[in-house]
Amino acid sequence: MIDYLWLVPALPFLGFLVLTFFGKKLTKNAISFVGAGSVGLAALLTIIIGIQFLLSPPDGNFFNQKLWTWMNVGGMSPSIAFHLDALSLIFIFVITFVGFLIHVYSTEYMREDEGFARFLSFMNLFVGSMLVLILADNLALMYLGWEGVGLCSFLLIGFWYKEPANAAAARKAFIVTRVGDTAMALGLFLLIVNFNTLNIQDILHTAPTQWTAGNSTAVWIAFLLLGGAVGKSAQLPLQTWLPDAMAGPSPVSALIHAATMVTAGVYLIARNHVLFELAPSAMSAVAIIGAATLLMAGFAAIVQNDIKRVLAYSTISQIGYMFLALGVGAWSAGIFHFMIHAFFKALLFLGAGAVIHALHHEQNMFKMGGLRKELPIVFWTFLAGSAALAALPLISAGFYSKDAILWYAWSSNKGSLILWAAAFFGAFVTSIYTFRMVFLTFWGKMKTHVHIHLGNAMQIPLIVLAVLSLLGGFIETPHSLGHITIFSSFLNPVLPEVQLNHGGEFTEIILQILTALTGFLGIYLAWHFWYKKPAMVYNFKQTGLGTGLYKLWLSGWAFDWVYDTLFVKPFIKLSQINKDDIVDQLNIGLAGLVNWLHSVIKKTQNGNIRWYATGIAIGLVITLTIVLFL
Amino acid sequence: MNTIPVEHSLLLAAMLFVIGLIGVLSRRNVILMLMSVEIMLNAAGMAFVVAGSRWVQPDGQVMFIFILSMAAAEVSVGLALILQMFHINKSIDTKSLGKLHD
Repeated sequence: MIDYLWLVPALPFLGFLVLTFFGKKLTKNAISFVGAGSVGLAALLTIIIGIQFLLSPPDGNFFNQKLWTWMNVGGMSPSIAFHLDALSLIFIFVITFVGFLIHVYSTEYMREDEGFARFLSFMNLFVGSMLVLILADNLALMYLGWEGVGLCSFLLIGFWYKEPANAAAARKAFIVTRVGDTAMALGLFLLIVNFNTLNIQDILHTAPTQWTAGNSTAVWIAFLLLGGAVGKSAQLPLQTWLPDAMAGPSPVSALIHAATMVTAGVYLIARNHVLFELAPSAMSAVAIIGAATLLMAGFAAIVQNDIKRVLAYSTISQIGYMFLALGVGAWSAGIFHFMIHAFFKALLFLGAGAVIHALHHEQNMFKMGGLRKELPIVFWTFLAGSAALAALPLISAGFYSKDAILWYAWSSNKGSLILWAAAFFGAFVTSIYTFRMVFLTFWGKMKTHVHIHLGNAMQIPLIVLAVLSLLGGFIETPHSLGHITIFSSFLNPVLPEVQLNHGGEFTEIILQILTALTGFLGIYLAWHFWYKKPAMVYNFKQTGLGTGLYKLWLSGWAFDWVYDTLFVKPFIKLSQINKDDIVDQLNIGLAGLVNWLHSVIKKTQNGNIRWYATGIAIGLVITLTIVLFL
Repeated sequence: MNTIPVEHSLLLAAMLFVIGLIGVLSRRNVILMLMSVEIMLNAAGMAFVVAGSRWVQPDGQVMFIFILSMAAAEVSVGLALILQMFHINKSIDTKSLGKLHD
């Protein structure tokens, strides 16, 4: 079956083509069938391939399938070829499986929308591009997928394009990620110059023989690739597009802006881990960016009113955790958190979408409340997702994945107390904003009545994801809780194990208990401030400090304002100055001079015959003067 | 026999020419302008005759006959044009030709 690997990305592309060309003629049921079915088949195939891969691993623990040579230019010939190993297998499993659940959900969520076929065709195109990104065996093909998902993100954020704000959000997402993509393209050019190939495995094998750690070219390449990763994964300083990207429909947020595309940066770094290991300064930059982002986004999430914006900031923050893990060399912990995060964040977005759907497009959490009884399935699944996000100990998968990152941030040879403290404090903030969201949405008085009751297509994906969010963590547990390492040993052939520096099992247990306690403390604080005594928060918001912090955090640390003043406004100013094309003024001026001379000489043709005769006479006098006297 | 010095004759020709030129420039009546042009032509013809007499060559008088016949032709064309102009404009003032410009 593994020979049919090419079908995995081909099926969603086929679905895209069918829906694009025949979408208008098909019935809604047929559209749902094609849209969700293509991804469903891809997921099924992925699972079969995955089982085969686990039971009888191919030689060298990877499988390479070359379809054809893409192009042959200047001695470099990137091919359309797929590379399947443990890392890409985990990613394509998450993409197709979670993607399938989200597609099923969308068939009900978007059914009444006039652009139903267009929506599913874009979603299929996205899944196909994302699979190409992951499976690509060379960076050129990966870049194709990378831009493909960027395009789909743009198309789907601006799906309801009649609203100008949505189109603006789509443009913003496209332009901001483009900044990172440019850096990444430069990194690829540097790689071509140095290796004359973009084949990932070749580069990973050659690089350590060519460079020693800290080589300046390696550092440059790692930093440029990091630039691409930062843009795509919405990390500091290019994170501003993700909160606005919530303008898209909720399934889009779940699929693209939580589970898959935004983690492409994590994949890029993990895939090229050898290059990053050769550039220690880039590694520390990854860790520091991750730590700073997770704190920044966590605080911003506390004050958001829009339920989807809370989740957007939380996504930025959780990807910060993944970056932190990658930065300290805990590769498999980062990928583990990616997988668990894909489960619970997709669940939370779908749950939020269900709430918004049921309340007739109400997104403000302060207008929700008391939905516990009205939407029991959404409530219980949302609670499961929130438990995973807040990393409730033992029962949630998020605990196992986040705990590993916290532990390695401290104990890895690249880790430090500061990184651990940032991650620890971030976990505390996470539990506050998560349960603030839960209490505001599901507890308290009911403020908006439920309009629509949800069908199975929306509820079953929620349940499946909730189960995964709770149980998915048991494939990788810490020393204190059984020390199961199914996940990390599966990844071991691809990603090296983390190098531990300090700390033993005892410290690990102490830190785990600390983390668990702060998690509960965060939940208690959320309950106290937003359920029991909301007046306290309200009063604090009235003070000067409170208003300032509220405004700062609500705007996501005013990054938009900074970029507006630093880049957008000067650019607009320059464009206004250059509106008439300063360079063109030379040509326009020449034409103007000729026109002016023409208008001057035109005045002599006034139709007065005596004037002409005078002209002749003056000419005569001048000619005679010249002839006689000069 | 007293000969008139050539300078005098040329001066007379020049004076006639200038008189004709001033007439062309200052008159608005087309017929009078045509007459002034005739004066200028005759001034030129006179200069030819004087030059022919100075160098004792017949060419000067030959040229004058050319000028004379040309003037006759020119006047016939000119008068025809003036007649047309009067038909169209009911005036022989050059100002009435102003609308011909551009």
